[in-house]
Formats: sequence, structure tokens, C-alpha cells
Amino acid sequence: MEMSASAAPVVREQLKARIQKRFPPASSPAFALDVNLSVSAGFTILFGASGAGKTTLLDCVAGLQTPEVGEIMIGETVLFSSALRTNLPPSRRSVGYLLQSLALFPHMSVQQNVQYGLANLSRPEREARSGEVLRSFRISSLAERRPGEISGGEAQRVALARALVMRPHALLLDEPLTALDAVTKARLVDDLRAWNQRHQIPILYVTHDREEVFALGENVLVLEAGAIIAQGPPHEVLHRPQSETVAQLAGFENIFEASVTDSHPESGTMTCRIAGSALDLEVPLTRLEASRPFRVGIRAGDILLASAKPQGLSARNLLAGVVTSLQQRDVTIIAKVDCGTEFEVRLTPGARQALELQPGARVWLIVKTYSCHVLQDSG
Amino acid sequence: MIAQALALTLRLALVVSAILLVLGLPLGYWLAFSPRRGKFLVEAIVSLPIVLPPTVLGFYVLVAIGPLSPFGRWYEALTGRGLAFTFEGLVVGSVVYSLPFAVQPMTASFSAVDRKLLQASALLGASRWRTFWHIVLPLGLPGVLTGFVLSFAHTLGEFGVVLMIGGNIPGATQTVSILIYDQVQALDYATANRTALLLLALCFALLTILYGLRRRSGWSVWGWK
Repeated sequence: MEMSASAAPVVREQLKARIQKRFPPASSPAFALDVNLSVSAGFTILFGASGAGKTTLLDCVAGLQTPEVGEIMIGETVLFSSALRTNLPPSRRSVGYLLQSLALFPHMSVQQNVQYGLANLSRPEREARSGEVLRSFRISSLAERRPGEISGGEAQRVALARALVMRPHALLLDEPLTALDAVTKARLVDDLRAWNQRHQIPILYVTHDREEVFALGENVLVLEAGAIIAQGPPHEVLHRPQSETVAQLAGFENIFEASVTDSHPESGTMTCRIAGSALDLEVPLTRLEASRPFRVGIRAGDILLASAKPQGLSARNLLAGVVTSLQQRDVTIIAKVDCGTEFEVRLTPGARQALELQPGARVWLIVKTYSCHVLQDSG
Repeated sequence: MIAQALALTLRLALVVSAILLVLGLPLGYWLAFSPRRGKFLVEAIVSLPIVLPPTVLGFYVLVAIGPLSPFGRWYEALTGRGLAFTFEGLVVGSVVYSLPFAVQPMTASFSAVDRKLLQASALLGASRWRTFWHIVLPLGLPGVLTGFVLSFAHTLGEFGVVLMIGGNIPGATQTVSILIYDQVQALDYATANRTALLLLALCFALLTILYGLRRRSGWSVWGWK
């Protein structure tokens, strides 16, 4: 029996799930959750709006819900297989699962909570294991307290320690940190990363918060209506979204329906007309399925404003417009500009002063070709 | 006379509430957590003694434990004597009669335990057995104690069932409530009054303690869910 983290085996196993699961009522024809994913050691973010099936997916992996069809494996261990008729109960899956509510046992001390899963070990081993993980998550001083006597951030640490002291082969986190402030969150994530440096298990982290995706992710999976619609590093998936759903999740303030009027393969661009206006935009040349409509997404922060027509620009899109409204939100000014169709532009209060922007002011919008994202939902 | 009846009554109440504690834990757990559709049927059966006249209940229990029923014959073959008009017979009848008073508070408090805690326990490798002893029972303890005290108090005060099953044999089946009836029949109102006051005080004290505890710790005494 190993006694400390340094002696613990490095797992480095992949979590694989290829499952279909109906939401109730079971009679509905289409599968509500239909995914095929493979998660390696390290952080993977599962990103999607509420109702997309994120929690259902985690429940299936942990064994709290049973898929209709499919297979779930960690390394060579089969947790669930409809073909083999295998369905391990949650207690035998070696999957750590941090429920959204944390579910700390209210009648037990922090120490008792953390040691709850170690009933099979001898007392000295139990003490050693829990002591080590309490130190890793900096909660040794709370050992004798009850869950009702600690803060929200501390409770997150206790729940995490309680799951990880079991040395699970995978860790699932269901929006565990949404309630925490940024600093507390960052510290906790650092400790979790440090822990996983030594243990190397797949960590599947569910969130609907875009900031968290960028802060945490090496790899992001985007779940929409029960299916994974995009996968990759966060900056690729969310900065160059291929589908409109991801675009909305990723925060495109400007989304326009458009049609291609001309393409320029030699310069890698194409010209498209924004529906219902006489505006043309030059956008990156993209393979599109002609039969389906597409849209162009532009982030409000990617648009430049000029008070006079600029000269000698590399940006291909220069649009004349009139400011219709200016609104301050925190330290950002949100300007609505009518260029034939309405654009949302974000700028700093300093920039607003420098340009002496007022509603009614004539301005020029400058948009780089590569700030225009062509979005088409895949079939 | 009173002392003998009181001792018998307390012994009956203690034995009955102890048996109901053992029966009530698994039954309450099953009613609280089983996904079975037929659960409502069991709930209705368990609650029947609340609404049935004690004479009806007593009559059927008497038939069931009598020498004409399989259970009665089995018991007689095992012990060499019948159940009717004995202390053991009273125990059987009282267990049935007080069943809802033990089971309902237990079911209610088990149901009130957050399901997420049970999931968390399973995710930490615990069996259902371990989850019951370490999570469900400690968190449902107020309901378990309430069930114990209520079934004890309810057995103290029963009359009809005891009369039907046990008759009126001093030292064997004559409980305090039967004794009061006896004394009133004999027109000995003064003694009946003393005996009645004793039972009243005892039941009142028990319930005072129960509800006092409940008030202090926010326990729930009644309700299925």
C-alpha cells in the first residue's frame, strides 16, 4: 500500500464515452444526448448553454444515470457497455464527481467528510491520505469544522479533497466554481492543476461561462442540444467559431445574415452582402454549402472607430455610419452605430473622449477581414 | 392492582416500540427511497390502523393469531401454547396497531434527506448499507426517535385492540386502560379517576418531552413527505 502522493501510480488513462441517452419521456424518437468523446489527462472544458445535456453526460459517466446505448471506458476498464451488458454502480467506477451542490455531509467534520471514502483503509493510512490531500488544498486548519461553519470557497476545496483522496481515475466537475470570485477561483484551479501534475487524470469541467473556458482550458468541447458541435483549443473553437451556436456562446455581438456576391481566391477573400442592406463586407474565403444560409459574426471589441475617413489602411472594410446611442457599462462604452444596418461597437471611455463621440456623430467603422467570422451550422 | 397493570402496560409499550423500531427502519427506508410503483399500496396498508376502529383491527388480529389460522397453528406448534389472550398476543396486535405511528415519522425524515448526499456517498464508494448507517440514519434520527416515542405513547393508551385480543386477565393482559374500564364498570369512580389521571400524566409527559425536543432542534413529527 502506498502512503503518499509521490508513491501513487500515475494513471494517464483516457476517458472515452460513446453514448446515446434519451431524456424523459423515453418514448421521444430522437436521442437527446448523442456523443462520442475521448478525454486525455488534463483539463477538458465541456461548454454549452443550460439544457444542452452537460450534466446528463457527467451523470452517465459517473453512473448516476444509465445511457440507452453505448460504451464508457477509462483506460481498459469498461464502466458501461450496452453490448457487454456491463453497468458498474457509481461506487465501483473510480470516478470523482463534484456535484454542483457539493453535497458535503452536514453532520460530519471536514476531516470525516474527506475520510468517508477511505473506510477500507487502516486508520494510519486513512490519516496519512487525508492529511496529505488536506495540505494539498490548504484546508488542514479546517479539519475539525462542520460544513456549515466554512465559507463557500472552503467548501469547494473540501468537496474537491473528498473526491480526490479516493485517487479517482477521472474527475468530473459540474460548474463547481461559478459562485466563486475570480481570485478564489484562480487559486483553487492552481491547486487542482498542481495536484493533477502528479496524478495525471482526465478532468472534465462543465461550465457555461466563457471566461472560464479561456482561463482553464487546454481543450474545449462544445455541447449543443445533446451533441458535441465543436472541439479544440479554446482560442480556436471560440475565436474562429464555425457554427452559429458556438458563436452566440462565444459572444459575437454582431451577427448578420449574408450572401456571397463575389469571391477572390487569389487574395483568399470573398465579398458578401449583408441581407436587407446595401453593405458589402470582405470576409475570409470559406468553403460554404451553397444550399444553406450563412452568417457573419463580428465581435463588438474587434471594430475600430474613426471620426474622419482614414487613409492608407490595411483593413478591407470601411463603413460610414451615424452613432445612434452610447451606453456605459462598467468601464466599457457600448456604441450603436447605424451603417445601413446596426453595429455594436465597444470602446473605452478614453477613446470616447478623444473622438468626442455623441449620438448623431458621423463615424467610420473599420473591420479587418479576419475579424469577420463566417458561420454556418453544420448539418 | 394499579402497579401491576402499570408495569404490564410499560413492558408492553417498551417491547412494542422496540419491535417497531426494528421493523420501521427498513420499512421507512423502503417507503422513502424505493422507486416501485406499488408503493402507495403499502403506504395505505401501513396507515390503515389510524382509521380502522380498534375492534375491527382487534377482531382480525384475533382471528389471525387464533388456532384456526396457519400463523396461530405454527406458533402453537413452535411454543406449545396459543397466542390469543396472552401477553405475546397483545404484542402482535399492538405492533400492527401502532405501526403507522412508528413508520410515518421515519419515512418522512428519511425522505427529507437530500438525495444528492446519497449520490455523493455512492460516488465515494459506499454501499447502500454504509450509506444508510452513516448518512440516512444520522440525518433522519429525529424522525426515528419521534417514531419510537409516538409508538410507545400510542401503545400506552390503546384499549379496543387489547380488549379484543387479550381480554382482561390481571398480570397477563390487563393494561391500565382496561383496568380503568374495569373500575368504571364496578362503579369505583374514585379509583378510576386516580388510574386515569396516572395515564393522562404519563402520556402528557411523554409528548411534552417529544415536542419540547422537536422545538429545540427543529424536528418534524408528522407528515409523509
